[in-house]
Amino acid sequence: MGLREYIIRRLILLIPVALGVVILIFSLLQLVPPERRVLLYLSGNPRELNPEIIKAYIHMYGLDQPVWTQFAIWLDQLIHGNLGYSEYFQELVLQGLLKRAPATLEIVLYAAPIIILVGIWAGVNAAVRRDKPFDHASRVLSVLGTSLPSFFFGILLSAIFIATLKWTGPGRLTFRIESEISSLARTGQWYTYTNLMTLDCLLNGRFDFFLDALKHLVLPVTVLVLINTATLVRVARSSMLESLSKTYIIAAKAKGLSQKEVVYKHARRNALIPVVTLAGLIVGGMMTGLVITETVFLFPGLGNWAATAAQHFDIPVVAAYAMFSAIVFVLANLIVDILYAYIDPRIRLG
Amino acid sequence: MKLPERLEPTIKEIKFILKRFKDSPLSIAGILIVLAFVVIAVFAPLLAPPQVYNPYLIPSDPELGYKIEPSPPSPKHPFGTTRLQLDVYYGCIWGTRWAFQIALEVIIIVVIIGVALGVISGYYGGIIDEIIMRFTDIILAFPGLILSMCLVAVLTRSGWLTIDAVLLSIIIIGWPGYTRLIRGEVLRVKTEDYIEAARASGASDLRIMFRHILPNTIYSLIIVASLDFGGIVLTAAALSFLGLGAPAGFADWGRLIYDSMQFVAGGLKWWWVYTYPGVFIVLFVLGWSLLGDALRDVLDPLYRRK
Repeated sequence: MGLREYIIRRLILLIPVALGVVILIFSLLQLVPPERRVLLYLSGNPRELNPEIIKAYIHMYGLDQPVWTQFAIWLDQLIHGNLGYSEYFQELVLQGLLKRAPATLEIVLYAAPIIILVGIWAGVNAAVRRDKPFDHASRVLSVLGTSLPSFFFGILLSAIFIATLKWTGPGRLTFRIESEISSLARTGQWYTYTNLMTLDCLLNGRFDFFLDALKHLVLPVTVLVLINTATLVRVARSSMLESLSKTYIIAAKAKGLSQKEVVYKHARRNALIPVVTLAGLIVGGMMTGLVITETVFLFPGLGNWAATAAQHFDIPVVAAYAMFSAIVFVLANLIVDILYAYIDPRIRLG
Repeated sequence: MKLPERLEPTIKEIKFILKRFKDSPLSIAGILIVLAFVVIAVFAPLLAPPQVYNPYLIPSDPELGYKIEPSPPSPKHPFGTTRLQLDVYYGCIWGTRWAFQIALEVIIIVVIIGVALGVISGYYGGIIDEIIMRFTDIILAFPGLILSMCLVAVLTRSGWLTIDAVLLSIIIIGWPGYTRLIRGEVLRVKTEDYIEAARASGASDLRIMFRHILPNTIYSLIIVASLDFGGIVLTAAALSFLGLGAPAGFADWGRLIYDSMQFVAGGLKWWWVYTYPGVFIVLFVLGWSLLGDALRDVLDPLYRRK
């Protein structure tokens, strides 16, 4: 089977899972009374929601119809990108999602490379220096990373670095700079290119703003890195240990290659193949970690949005975020599988 | 007294396990931590005598008034007090008992579901297997905490008690893992000769499942469940931290940390409100994960003889 057929087959298998996710959320939403469920169908600000109007909406969106019809109507809405209206945030759910996605993406873009590089580096080195101090230290850190709850770690960091030392603050920017940016934007001296704050600051040529935005990213990124690197270190270490004990390593050593060449060219390349599969797991860990981290540091991203919505029982937002994260998670796993098949032909040929 | 001969392998096994435990300081640490928590949970009524009918409600100290601001640790309140003068020490002690209660309830139910569905799925295969596995796929498509957050929000919205909603949501995200584990084990064991022999001697399906297959899957179940124990408490604490768990004034570590959020702005001035419950959670999770690793080292044939 070629790589192309493999990808096509995996993409087709994606459809039932996506449908399953949607059905699960839909069944869950059936627990909510129809008077509240109408919010999931609204495509604009309702302004006024009195019982009369709600009744009209219930009829209009077919909430008095059989379940199958309701599901069909809802699915149709989803496909057309209507995720409903958020009563708490007073905006359309889709708008809210798009508005907050860049902040989250920014954290992820900083955290992900650090997690991958540090995780692989520490895992490989721990294996090479097995039972030496480096190995023990990395094991202690990885045990700590798995047992330290992100919310507690986040609170400690903010108590020390935000409240006591005042090195940085909550949110994406210092308030003063945020208002300066909005007044600059009003006069047309500030252009929003990407909504990624650090990048926008650089593109607008404001290095002082860039530093401020970067400082606000340090703590959330630190929390995400510590929590998510642990598993990666463990897997990279054991995979590297296995790879180092293979006969081709002995052969390479016997040929008289230097230790460096043996470790980095022969052992590491093969050891990294199973590590790739972890990427999916890390994406899942990030999605969860972001909810907590953004809440601790009041970072205005998707995780904070979903957590706030859940606290106020704003069901349309919570449902949309759950579906969104499931789709991202599944897609990440799909990409990982494809990459895996690409790197290691045994997978698709076997 | 001479022991019957057939007990000899068992005794040898126990000796082996004890030796393995003794050789590894981390295993001993894990066991000691978990034991300490068990002692705290069992003796909670002595360590922190309840003052009202429901022992999980943290008492507040009227002598300190009903001011919002926490009071520092003192002989009367060794861990200080938090919001509205609720005793942090009391919360941590009864929080231990609460953590065990959550984890045990969830583990027991999840294991029952996992064993039942996993055995059916692996043993019969075919369309039943397909249906059960597609269900697990769907649940596992969500990052756990996010699905459980969604479940708690919806269930609470439709009139459930938050505590019940939290338990149910953790069960819902937990069962697929166990079902898959047991199914895999059943598939592994199913083709062994002794199963064939049992079938040939006329044993019923139920007898084969419960007498021959299940006992052979029990070790991996114990390992996974003990590794999961801390994780369940961590999920519950995370939900509480998001304001979706135990109500105000309840002896729940996550809730104590949620309440302490408003005092983080004071920096280290009120350090005790979040540090003590935080340390309890960290040690609890650490203890169980070390214990799980230790159990895996002695029970899992892959790790055993290394």
